Amino acid sequence: MTPGVLILIVLAMTIVGFILGRRRAVAMANREKVKLHSLPGYYGQTVALFVAVPAYVLLAAWLFLQPIVIENHISDLIPASAIPEGGARSLVMADVRRIANGLDYVVGKGGVSEDELASMRADISNIRSRLADVGIALGSDVKPVVFQAAKTYRKIGKTGSLLRDIAVLAAALGFGLWALWRVNPRMRARNTSETFVKALLIASSSVAILTTLGILLSLLFESIHFFRIYPARDFFFSTVWNPQFRGGSDLGILPLLWGTFYVSFVALLLAVPIGLMIAIYLAEYSGSTLRSFAKPAIEILAGIPTIVYGLFALVTVGPFLRDWIAQPFGIGNSSSSVMTAGLVMGIMLIPFVSSLSDDIINAVPQAMRDGSYGLGATQSETIKRVILPAALPGIVGAVLLAASRAIGETMIVVMGAGAAARLNLNPFEAMTTVTVKIVSQLTGDTEFASPETLVAFALGLTLFVFTLGLNILALYIVRKYREQYE
Amino acid sequence: MNEMTETATEAAVNAAASNRSVKMRGDKVGVFYGEKQALFDVDLDIYEHEVTALIGPSGCGKSTFLRCLNRMNDTIDGCRVTGKLTLDSENIYDPKIDVVELRARVGMVFQKPNPFPKSIFENIAYGPRIHGLVKSKGDLDEVVAISLQKAGLFEEVKDRLNEPGTGLSGGQQQRLCIARAIAVSPEVILMDEPCSALDPIATAKVEELIDELRENYTIVIVTHSMQQAARVSQRTAMFHLGNLVEVDATDVIFTNPSDPKTQDYITGRYG
Repeated sequence: MTPGVLILIVLAMTIVGFILGRRRAVAMANREKVKLHSLPGYYGQTVALFVAVPAYVLLAAWLFLQPIVIENHISDLIPASAIPEGGARSLVMADVRRIANGLDYVVGKGGVSEDELASMRADISNIRSRLADVGIALGSDVKPVVFQAAKTYRKIGKTGSLLRDIAVLAAALGFGLWALWRVNPRMRARNTSETFVKALLIASSSVAILTTLGILLSLLFESIHFFRIYPARDFFFSTVWNPQFRGGSDLGILPLLWGTFYVSFVALLLAVPIGLMIAIYLAEYSGSTLRSFAKPAIEILAGIPTIVYGLFALVTVGPFLRDWIAQPFGIGNSSSSVMTAGLVMGIMLIPFVSSLSDDIINAVPQAMRDGSYGLGATQSETIKRVILPAALPGIVGAVLLAASRAIGETMIVVMGAGAAARLNLNPFEAMTTVTVKIVSQLTGDTEFASPETLVAFALGLTLFVFTLGLNILALYIVRKYREQYE
Repeated sequence: MNEMTETATEAAVNAAASNRSVKMRGDKVGVFYGEKQALFDVDLDIYEHEVTALIGPSGCGKSTFLRCLNRMNDTIDGCRVTGKLTLDSENIYDPKIDVVELRARVGMVFQKPNPFPKSIFENIAYGPRIHGLVKSKGDLDEVVAISLQKAGLFEEVKDRLNEPGTGLSGGQQQRLCIARAIAVSPEVILMDEPCSALDPIATAKVEELIDELRENYTIVIVTHSMQQAARVSQRTAMFHLGNLVEVDATDVIFTNPSDPKTQDYITGRYG
């Protein structure tokens, strides 16, 4: 039985459980001549939930754990001698899985029977060509050990799946019958289903939290791995970034952090004033007709993929800045520069700043404006002296959110600022950022054990800490602001 | 004794009535919100150094009329005013009129106390600053102190002028807003249900204050409380469905109204 079929069967059992539970509650109430505590549907719902939830939870856990258990078991079967020089155990395991899948396919098509397969041996029968016949391409001839492992893999997998089916169906049936037996008119079915709804909502929200935690942990473990083979002091304080794929690299984060902050700074320098002025115009001056048209139009900017902004930087802004500003003033010859990336990123950030600030300015109570106008203040006096001070914490929050967006941006920087890691004050020089280097360290044919690749995780962790800090600061400020009026 | 004071007050009112002068005059004032007409041909005189109360059931147009007096309706989209409204015989809807200056002359206090989220001092100093009424920091300190004194708030807050105005109690906040309006030396003060968000004790204080302010300012107050109108005002105007039903001396309105609608409203039959 495939998991899909199993899911459908449990679903059918759930529906049956609902009907039986409802019917039993009504029948008992009629027989005992008492009033049901809850509406009949709630009794059905309770039984249905007891059928479905434990079974699906078990199934999910099983699907997650079975491959891990089997993998570990099979991995032990393969001796170190079967692993080719310079290769990894994981590659051999991938072969095992593919052969096992291929065998499933061959048997499924009726090419060989299970009995034949059991007596087959890799050194005698030509497994590779037989698998190739059904469309499974293998890189090399199959070693007997690997073939044996693949056969064991299939066997254990089959047993596991059978056990899984039995366990899931037993859980559905067992819990369902137990719930059905418990149904009686005095049972508080309405409250039970309330508890289930609450649990469901908690489970959904914990998915997001657990994912964050998972990302953080994976970054953390790989970073620890990195710091075991590369000194943390050099990473955080060295001013040279010079990875060598033959070893002996200098992996100082400072030039990358400098580039990140320089580009973000230029971007914010453009985005914050313009975004803020757009927000003030939309919130205070424009009529509702214009606003309903202009606000979505500006927000379209936020929907443009960053790679398109990158193209814009590469093809238009970069050459323009080089030919009209950098070269005439003799301050640079490169079309990739901090200025290019910063300006284009600034344009990208405008809608973030304007949209959030607009909402915040709108949230300032009308009473504040009335009070100011009532004293004979003009519109701009009111904005400058009453509305902006009142909205300031929220606007700071918006700017910080935009800043964390800028720090994490990659595509625009790759195409606009180049890939040269250097510490320089001249904004018309090419520089690069942390995110760009994460990409370039992980792309290409490199093994996952050298400091040159693992450094990506340490970079990622550093970036994560920075943006997390900014986000927390922003949330804190925004929350503090909210308390002021509500 | 009681009778004597009452007679004395009445005499004073009548004396005032004989030589009172019109501060603001409405002449066929109509207000439209988009297509909908909210106020129909209101003719109403506001006399100097008097408290004029505007009463009537909700939605009758009394607040709308009040907001016409300093053109606060301008801030509402699609609002249009017809007819003529004068301040010292000058039409305030004349295109040549400077709205900002008008609002400095005709101050306003709102239904809900709305101090700015600034310190008590800054709340009062706001108006004088933007209008350039003071030359030095010393002058500003003086204006703030005098305004707070006039609003009867000085003794309560003199030691904490730098604390936020939003931290005061509701009644204190409303008096702070009155002090803020006084600080720009207006001639007329408009009050839109200034006590509806306050408890009875704070209300009594504000009412007392309104009575004192009558000496120096002309006051127009919108209120839902009949007792309040009777207590603080000299003249009362009754509005109903956008029309001015009748206007007369407050004691006449409350003892001998000429229109049955007024009679019904003040006796609580509807409203």
